[in-house]
Amino acid sequence: MLVSRSIALHVGTLLVLVALFFVLPAYHVGAFSRIMVLAIYAIGFNLLFGYTGLLSLGHAMFFAAGMYGFGLSMNFGGLTVPLALGVGVIAAGLLALAVGLLALRTIGVAFMIVTLMFAQTFYLVILYFGEYTRGDEGFIIQQAQRNLAGFDLTTETARYFAAFTLFAICFLAMARLVQSPFGKRLVAIRENEERARMLGYDVGRLKLAALVVSGLFSGVAGAAYAMLFGYVGASFAAVHYSIFPLLWVLLGGAGTTIGPLIGVIFMFYLIDISSSFTNAYMLVAGVALVLLTLFAPQGIAGTIRKRTLSWLP
Amino acid sequence: MAAVNILETKGLTKIYGGLRANTDIDFSLRRNAITALIGPNGAGKSTFVGMVSGRTPPTNGSVCFEGRDISHLPTHKRMQLGMAYTFQITSIFPGLTVEDNVALAAGRRLAHDKLAHAEKTGAVLRKIGLEDRAGQVASDLSYGHQRVLEIAMGLTQDPKLFILDEPTQGLAEGEVDAFVTLMRSMAEETTILLIEHNMRVVAETADHVAVLDQGRLLASGTFDEIHANAAVQAAYLGTPANV
Repeated sequence: MLVSRSIALHVGTLLVLVALFFVLPAYHVGAFSRIMVLAIYAIGFNLLFGYTGLLSLGHAMFFAAGMYGFGLSMNFGGLTVPLALGVGVIAAGLLALAVGLLALRTIGVAFMIVTLMFAQTFYLVILYFGEYTRGDEGFIIQQAQRNLAGFDLTTETARYFAAFTLFAICFLAMARLVQSPFGKRLVAIRENEERARMLGYDVGRLKLAALVVSGLFSGVAGAAYAMLFGYVGASFAAVHYSIFPLLWVLLGGAGTTIGPLIGVIFMFYLIDISSSFTNAYMLVAGVALVLLTLFAPQGIAGTIRKRTLSWLP
Repeated sequence: MAAVNILETKGLTKIYGGLRANTDIDFSLRRNAITALIGPNGAGKSTFVGMVSGRTPPTNGSVCFEGRDISHLPTHKRMQLGMAYTFQITSIFPGLTVEDNVALAAGRRLAHDKLAHAEKTGAVLRKIGLEDRAGQVASDLSYGHQRVLEIAMGLTQDPKLFILDEPTQGLAEGEVDAFVTLMRSMAEETTILLIEHNMRVVAETADHVAVLDQGRLLASGTFDEIHANAAVQAAYLGTPANV
């Protein structure tokens, strides 16, 4: 019963996303391509923050590792799109492993600061090697190169469904993962780390695994972003790209499978709509964030789960 | 045949700054019996079980579990060898349901086998009488039920050694009686090291009593022997003034 409702929710969400392509005007179709890619990033962040209870302020480095792994290996290595995608994802995973081995020696606020520092270092490294990365200016991946299995990814349709396919895989994989024994153990760590350890769980190892999986998802998002929008730049490694996923997940509902998507949609349109009225759109976004934090501290999906749908995964 | 003692410590010592919390403790724990560790507040009982379970790194000394030196093992490895531990201050997964709490305790060994996992979880819930509350969020339980839940999580692991740190603290009289019954039934299958302040519980359950005072092992024996021991009385009540 619970399982079938959960499947219905996830499959239903994906069906809605397919339907949106046919009903939305072109501008919003483009917006949703971007939203789905960013939602993959939020899903990855949510595993670490929402399920494991670890707040990283440096996730931009994993997003950027995926992005640069993809972009550099295409431009300098001449790799095809699928291979470059693999390079991007693996780069992010390896970076997460290395950072995790060091940063997970700390907890709480120290963990936030250490991850932030690593991400800043990564950002500065990108600028330092400006000869290859083109620094802040970034570089473009030529239209002719962005071709996946015969589909020209620069067309709106191909882009939307490429983003959708990657999102669907990540969305369903994460829904499955958090229901698995591994996912339950991560929740146990979030709820009471000492108790989890005293039940015989290797907490250090589980946290590292969570960080690596989270980094892999972020890498998928970064590589997909470069693949679909053709641009690689250092601004994606900057600190605000570490803060965004936190906001998305908080707004949408930390520790829910649907929350990251809701958060990205909400934030995207909040800024989109308010910026059409005023230049001070960040002020509107800020007020909305404060209100949500005050009245729905568990985010949109989290509040729905608390009030009515307790089965929400 | 397995050795008589499941646990042995040699020269176990913990020094915090200038404070000797535990000094040279040579302790052995008999298999399949309930041993109570008693002593006045600050005697070093929690420090001692902390070193046994691996939560507190000792300054000196060694811990042997089932004839194997486990002094260098981290906490989770010691638990995997067959220890279980309940905290002095209730420690459960507050945001999860009662069932999920127990399932997590069973899951370390059984998660690969869904059927056995569910069976074990169900059996423990029935045994401790929390079956009706399986779907309730643990933080909504009464204090007494939370304590029972924590003990259930220990039981679920089928431990060879079960360390209970002041399990009856804060329980009502009736709940203490239920707990005594539960502990007796546990003693048939496991070895229990009980830290306890309630002397009635100690008298009714413990086969063996060890007394800690000011970080040293003061005495050990049956409850009656300890009860009659002058040094123990002095530690608890103070020495009579010389008038």
